[in-house]
Amino acid sequence: MSDAQNHSHYYVPNPSPYPVLMGSGIFLLALGFILNMNSFGLGSWTMIAGAALIVLVMYNWFGTVAGESEGGSYSKWEDRSFRMGMTWFIASEVAFFAAFFGALFYVRTISVPGLAEPNQLWQGFTGAWPSAGPMGEKFTPMGAWGLPAINTMLLLTSGATVTWAHWGLLANKRAQLNIGLFLTVALGVTFMFVQGYEYYHAYSELGLTLGAGAYGATFFMLTGFHGFHVSMGAIMLAVILIRCLKGHFKPESHFGFEGVAWYWHFVDVVWLGLFIFVYWL
Amino acid sequence: MRNLFNRLLKLLGISLFAISSTVAYADYKWNLQEPVTPMAKDTLHVHNMFMLICIAIFLVVLAIMIWSIIYHRKDKGYKASTVSGPTSGMQIVWTIVPFLILLYIDFILMGIPAWHAVAMMEDTKTDAQMVVKITASQWKWQYDYPEEGIQFVSTLSTPASQIDNSIAKGEHYLLEVDNPLVLPINKKVRFLMTSSDVVHEWWVPAFGAKRNAIPGFIREIWATIEKPGTYRGQCTELCGKGHGFMPVVVEAVSEEKYQEWVAAKKQEMQSRVLSGSADTQKGVENQPSQAKTQAAGVISVAAAI
Amino acid sequence: MTTATATHDAHDDHGHPTGIGRWLFATNHKDIGTMYLTFSLIMFFLGGIMIMLVRAELFQPGLQIMEPELFNQLISVHALVMIFGALMPAAVGMANWLIPMQIGAPDMALPRLNNFSFWMLPPAAILLTLPFTLALFNIGDGAIAAGWTFLPPLSTQGGMGMDFAIFAVHLLGISSVLGSINVVVTIFNLRAPGMTMMKLPLFCWSWLVTAFLLILTIPVLAGAVTMLLTDRHFGTHFFNAAGGGDPILFQHIFWFFGHPEVYILLLPIWGFIPTILSAFSRKPVFAYKAQVYSFWAIGGMSMIVWAHHFLTAGLPLAALLYFMYITMAISLPLAVLFYCWIAGMWRGAMSFEVPMLFAVGWIIMFGIGGLTGLVLADAAADAQYHGTYFVVAHFHYTIFAGGIFGIMTGVYYWLPKFTGHMYNTTIAKWHFWLTMIAFNITFIPQFFVGLAGMPRRVPDYALQFAEFNMISSAGAFVLGASQLLFLYVVISCVRGGIGVKVSPKVWDTADVEGLEFTLPSPPPFHSFTVQPIVK
Ligand code: HEA
Ligand code: HEA
Ligand code: CUA
Ligand SMILES: [Cu+2]
Repeated sequence: MSDAQNHSHYYVPNPSPYPVLMGSGIFLLALGFILNMNSFGLGSWTMIAGAALIVLVMYNWFGTVAGESEGGSYSKWEDRSFRMGMTWFIASEVAFFAAFFGALFYVRTISVPGLAEPNQLWQGFTGAWPSAGPMGEKFTPMGAWGLPAINTMLLLTSGATVTWAHWGLLANKRAQLNIGLFLTVALGVTFMFVQGYEYYHAYSELGLTLGAGAYGATFFMLTGFHGFHVSMGAIMLAVILIRCLKGHFKPESHFGFEGVAWYWHFVDVVWLGLFIFVYWL
Repeated sequence: MRNLFNRLLKLLGISLFAISSTVAYADYKWNLQEPVTPMAKDTLHVHNMFMLICIAIFLVVLAIMIWSIIYHRKDKGYKASTVSGPTSGMQIVWTIVPFLILLYIDFILMGIPAWHAVAMMEDTKTDAQMVVKITASQWKWQYDYPEEGIQFVSTLSTPASQIDNSIAKGEHYLLEVDNPLVLPINKKVRFLMTSSDVVHEWWVPAFGAKRNAIPGFIREIWATIEKPGTYRGQCTELCGKGHGFMPVVVEAVSEEKYQEWVAAKKQEMQSRVLSGSADTQKGVENQPSQAKTQAAGVISVAAAI
Repeated sequence: MTTATATHDAHDDHGHPTGIGRWLFATNHKDIGTMYLTFSLIMFFLGGIMIMLVRAELFQPGLQIMEPELFNQLISVHALVMIFGALMPAAVGMANWLIPMQIGAPDMALPRLNNFSFWMLPPAAILLTLPFTLALFNIGDGAIAAGWTFLPPLSTQGGMGMDFAIFAVHLLGISSVLGSINVVVTIFNLRAPGMTMMKLPLFCWSWLVTAFLLILTIPVLAGAVTMLLTDRHFGTHFFNAAGGGDPILFQHIFWFFGHPEVYILLLPIWGFIPTILSAFSRKPVFAYKAQVYSFWAIGGMSMIVWAHHFLTAGLPLAALLYFMYITMAISLPLAVLFYCWIAGMWRGAMSFEVPMLFAVGWIIMFGIGGLTGLVLADAAADAQYHGTYFVVAHFHYTIFAGGIFGIMTGVYYWLPKFTGHMYNTTIAKWHFWLTMIAFNITFIPQFFVGLAGMPRRVPDYALQFAEFNMISSAGAFVLGASQLLFLYVVISCVRGGIGVKVSPKVWDTADVEGLEFTLPSPPPFHSFTVQPIVK
């Protein structure tokens, strides 16, 4: 509260067209997706229109915010709002992953064992994990110590480089900042490629597909959503990198950088959970 | 749309008439049905007790509130106190006591009988004397007696013309089936349940027994019926358009009658196998074939209305 | 509790936005609040019309006006529209209006995000209802028909309407999470100097707990419906035993969200009821701290009781006992709240203006809902209640009487503050009495038919349930019609009411509490451009 006293003027932005446009974009995207899944002709076009609108709005919206930030509209007070907002947003993301981890624990400890004998409906089913269920096709589970271990190293290193970049920013060493960020983005992109190759390997050689029962479903949904978050994070990092190259951010105010860095660490931690519970144990 | 509107109008007419004749129906049902198994008796007892406790709490709290509303009014010149929480020792006691009472009610008065009832409900295996397998599917029940090798399907037998209001409704409207489940009395029957499509729920109120039939899994409950009679229940888990048309009917008979029924049923199954018309999936029917077609037609007609 | 030295000048508004742009592009918490409340009212009537058709069908045994498919669609969409479209947005609307004023802030902390949260709602409403329209043109087979609980495999079977509902839930979820983040940040960061946490009005406290619950549970719901979507279209087997999944897994995930959800709906109301009681009893809020701790206790416990919604699904004995006892335990913090409400009236100098009438009626009706909930928690007896109309009656007592009726209580209390006009209290009192009576006529018979064995979600029923259903339907029509009075009161109040300008304090009670009453009525565009100092 102490600095609230010093800043009696909280920045309330003027009316803005972005929220309603963003809402429309998401609406079109969702509608298109639905139509697409139910094989209606216009689905894909609606989706593309929605996605384009979303990207356009994001570009302008974040541009505006960056402009306001560089233009000095925000004090420590507003800065704290952003920080808290980001923190709670990440909390909600954690809850989202929790649902899928919950599903994983449930199938492993309750439903798959429950389907094994003495359940007379599925004679001969042993219920050992990894399992694609009593009627599932054969598949080979993904081992932990090949590509996944490499990916773990990649992500952990990228966590370190982004912190190193942050130190650079704090000490106003711009070169360290830029190099650190660049390395982080590069590591993130490499991770995506490795993950992509792993999926290819799973589908073409292991018989491990989205349809491979409980194992396939939890494996692909968990790693898939994680991968999606990594790509989002990498894109955001790239945007931050561009802003850094433009000379944005100061040692004492750089919420944009920090927010994305937090997000990156969150993605990192989720990966550790994945590595342990999906690949390893 | 216009059709809908017309029907609404018609309905309004019927309703005005019907309201004025509500008195004509006499048989009000207020509470749980008459129990015929130990489980249902227990549940009824627990239910009645809990209801009374809750009504008592409700009345006490309501009484205090109404007292306050009557006496502590501004227009009676009552001066408001400025208390904003319990302070003196006496007030703290006044605050604690209701919670002790509530704790007692929750975990002793209600909690202990509930524990016993739950434990009893879940004990399906001890001394079980026979097993019936129930397989639900949209929208019928298939019953298997593994020891006897009997298997049949039970579907709604209310004719479609009653449902669409073209003829008067029978006494057991929507609660009647072509092949009821026949069970002996005074025997602990263990029901094993599963489903072949969506989740259903098998329920006979008089047995106090209700459980989900879940595709791919087996769930169990039990019942020891203590009184012969016909008991009716329904599917209680939303299972699609026929959910309201999926009754359960159990005929509880004496042991001798049950044996007679088993023998007759076996005979019938035998002859069907011989004549080559047995369809194990659909089971056998001991009703005139007309009833069966009617029953099968109900769902589709109900859907078409 | 909170006295303020308001140093306010009303001429600070720069460039008052006008026209449609004022609403579309709004960044002002009151405008956004108004949009939320309006949206909620529209949805309430939409959901109400749907259920009126249902009650018309249930007026008599037999199928009269609709086929079972449409019936299932109507109840499912009724529930989704009422919960996610009417009740939650109403609470967010009240939060938008009140929280900044109550804590002495200029606006919500993240105004553009605030508007984005709102603009997720109309698309979601369109997605929910569009399938009905499409079905009229023979596209698809109508809306979601699996109940609002989406239970697979029925929901994996369903048609296109299911996908619409899944995405609607996604959009609603985004809206709620972002809205909650805004509330949390506003309360933590924008309080006026001197407004410590333990001086916060109860409404802010309860919304804080609500917001935490939303942030933690809505994403779980999003996860659940995502799995449903992939099961439907992308070949996964989360809820299919053949692949090692389990329909009950869905129950677990859904109700992990679903039970906190019911408290999400009511917490904001538990926040403002004591304030209203205290105002019209001319007495301070009773045991403020105990109420705050109860909010936290309820919030925390709400996340560990979920399985009481499927006690008949065949859980292990230990789980049954655990969920039974822990569910019963929730009655303790709720009893604390009840105690505080009643003690808050006790020895006050009460007068019965419209909001007070509503608050007292609310206590009685929510009491019935809560106590029947306690009965439902008994795992053995629940075998007789589950899936019957007894449950329907229970949750309409909590969700309509506790929720909608509660929101109306708040609206009647603060509407003159918002608009600067007093409404027609005679009509409002008519609304109160008609609603009270008609509501009980509608739902008391449902307790009886439920006990007698009538399943819920059925378009047709056996003859012994006929009388009670007829009474219930008749009550429902009156109940529905009396809500038109509410509509009238609100609209006419916004348009000038009975022509009486109200003072900043609005109510003639000795000292109404809250910073919002230090502002003029209606409050200026930006609530507190200069933060007041709270002593
Ligand atoms: C806002 C909504 C809301 C609220 C607050 C509650 C509150 C509670 N509910 Fe309810 N419930 C629902 C909404 C709600 N519920 C819905 C929507 C469903 C159905 C979902 C579906 O299947 O579609 C449901 C279903 C439901 C079930 C599942 C039934 C079944 O399907 O088998 C159960 C079981 O335990 C239950 C229990 C409880 C309990 C113990 C509480 C407790 O929180 C209640 C605690 C309160 C009290 C104990 C009152 C204390 C009062 C006093 C001590 C004094 C009384 C004073 C006076 C009367 C003046 N609820
Ligand atoms: C916030 C939540 C909320 C609210 C406010 C309501 C409000 C109402 N509900 Fe609803 N209901 C649910 C949540 C809610 N319900 C849920 C979660 C279910 C479970 C669904 C499921 O099983 O999946 C359910 C299910 C449900 C059923 C059971 C259906 C079934 O199982 O087959 C019934 C039956 O009577 C019912 C009735 C009503 C009535 C009469 C109202 C009334 O209070 C409505 C009053 C309002 C209006 C009528 C609108 C305003 C008036 C007009 C538009 C004027 C025109 C009208 C006339 C002139 C009559 N509801
Ligand atoms: Cu089968 Cu409902
Ligand atoms: Cu619950």
